Amino acid sequence: MDLLDLARGPALAASASVFVAGTLWRLLAIFRRPRQANSSPARPGAPSDAGAALGAVVRGLWPRRQFGQAAMVTTFNGYVFHVGLVLMALGYAPHIAFVERTIGLGWPALPDEVMYLASGATMLSLLFALWLRLNDPVRARISSADDYISWTLTFLPIATGMAVLGTPSQTILGPDHVVYRVPLAIHLLSLELLLIWFPFGKLMHAVLFAFSRSATGLRFARRGVQA
Amino acid sequence: MTAPTPTAAFDRQGDRTDGERLEAAMHSFATDFGVTAALHMESCVHCGLCAQACHFHIATGDPKYTPILKLEPFRRAYLREASPLAPLIRALGLVSKPTVAELQQWQELVYDSCNMCGRCTMICPMGIDIAELVRSARHGMYRAGLIPERLALMDRTARQWGSPATPAEDLPDILADIASEHGVEIPCNLPAADMLVTAAPAELTEHTKAMADAARVLNALGVRWTMHQDGFDASNIGFNNGDVELQERLTRSIIDTAVRIGARTVLLPECGHAYGAARWDAGRWYPDGMPVRVLHMTEFLDEMVSTGKLRMRPLGGTATFHDPCQIVRRGGLEAAARRVLAALGLQLIELQDHGTTGMCCGGGGGVVSNQRAAPLRQKVFQLKQQQVDATGAQRFVTSCGQCRITIEMGARQAQWNRRPDSLLELVADQLVH
Repeated sequence: MDLLDLARGPALAASASVFVAGTLWRLLAIFRRPRQANSSPARPGAPSDAGAALGAVVRGLWPRRQFGQAAMVTTFNGYVFHVGLVLMALGYAPHIAFVERTIGLGWPALPDEVMYLASGATMLSLLFALWLRLNDPVRARISSADDYISWTLTFLPIATGMAVLGTPSQTILGPDHVVYRVPLAIHLLSLELLLIWFPFGKLMHAVLFAFSRSATGLRFARRGVQA
Repeated sequence: MTAPTPTAAFDRQGDRTDGERLEAAMHSFATDFGVTAALHMESCVHCGLCAQACHFHIATGDPKYTPILKLEPFRRAYLREASPLAPLIRALGLVSKPTVAELQQWQELVYDSCNMCGRCTMICPMGIDIAELVRSARHGMYRAGLIPERLALMDRTARQWGSPATPAEDLPDILADIASEHGVEIPCNLPAADMLVTAAPAELTEHTKAMADAARVLNALGVRWTMHQDGFDASNIGFNNGDVELQERLTRSIIDTAVRIGARTVLLPECGHAYGAARWDAGRWYPDGMPVRVLHMTEFLDEMVSTGKLRMRPLGGTATFHDPCQIVRRGGLEAAARRVLAALGLQLIELQDHGTTGMCCGGGGGVVSNQRAAPLRQKVFQLKQQQVDATGAQRFVTSCGQCRITIEMGARQAQWNRRPDSLLELVADQLVH
């Protein structure tokens, strides 16, 4: 068994297990916290719980203009790397082939040119986010080890993936292609590190954001706040 | 996170040891976190956007006023005591236990530089209700005996008097004086009534016209109402201080008195925290449902105007409106006040920041009473002053007595010639009998 076999086999199984079990455990533990009953009646005409939750999730997609340009820049930059990550993870032909081989589910890939653009924009955007974290007095003050670990573990799979991005997808997936086993193994292992870290750090916001926004949305909707 | 610059602005109550204080605070933090608080504690991505919304940060540029940073020791307490990974965190020593010295250091951030106004909640991309988390933090601080002494004094007074400013037994005489001074009948301690009317502390001292005007409006409407010395002060200092036991006592004094005299409605004064405590929090102590309807004065006026029961002579001219945070951003009464202003014939010129994103006056959450916070509060006040001046409006109106006091104090200090009008007082002055 070489490094790639390890990455594709036991390491993948172990990291995926930690990811799934850890995420479920963290969610379960949060939702097992006590709920405080409050019989104060909702304002007449308050939306349904589902409507309020959905409204809050949608409302949180973009900051109000009153909060100024800095909020817009931060939010826009966040969108660049979030969208870029999704495009790379789900649109790159070799990734889709890997998923299909692992769980039997496939879908059409995006052109390689889109991948080049997405990976470049994502890396620049992540670097800008890091620069802000280090140089903006507020972010520098509130940043913790979690922020830097999460940033590094998000950046690594992109950086290691970029190492093989020069080869067109069709060539990589072609029958005669010689797999560069070590670079590919490193790329896969970096992703596995990300999966292992996910339930323990702030990357969980990818799951928690909807619940967190919904909870505030429900609180405000009961009160008739037009948030 | 990096610790904020140390500050000497802290007080201690009682003579407990540091260990006992810490134990009390940690126990409170661990037990106070329900599902929503836990979700919010877990979801922060440290984007720092909340600083863009906080008037204390805007006014000073100091990153220590970043709202989420105000929760730092409490976040650590949560991670160690109540989070999903708490056993692992404690076993591996991943997060250090807060110390009493840190809690003392954070007292300024939790009490002096947070109005619990919730503007930061509106900008948070994760929807974290930081204001509510600060309230939880205050519960722990109160239990540890680590709150500003001025607030602690008001707390002790309210425990004894039922109000931080007025002894309950003096209420009949005070109301009689107000009634005599303003020429209006103010019923007190009636054995039965349809509506129990409550007051904010200032309405029994420097804002007595507001008290008299409430009576004038209610009498004009023919409401069968009373005030009662068993439950008359709605401001609820326990809600602000983090004293949950006092909050419950003060809430019950009002609601239970209303039930006892057969009142179906409790009318709250022009006070923001009264609305938070009695309208949205009171249900915590009435698990079978609230036995009475709780209405804010603004809500009541809006209902009376909208149903045609209250008619007013048009005032005319222009006005701008300061949205009290607990009534609008956290209370949902944004449109109600504007409908009343429209009924008064006032042309509304909105502040640059208004409605749910309006700037706090700087006095909410007990900061108005916290003398040592005055210099910082004054910096925040200037933001409001600039926005009011920019409207060029003839009148400056609000619907919270505490906001009025804060703004009046700020105006005196800044030698600014504007004073806010009370919405209630404008309505009472224009009543058509």
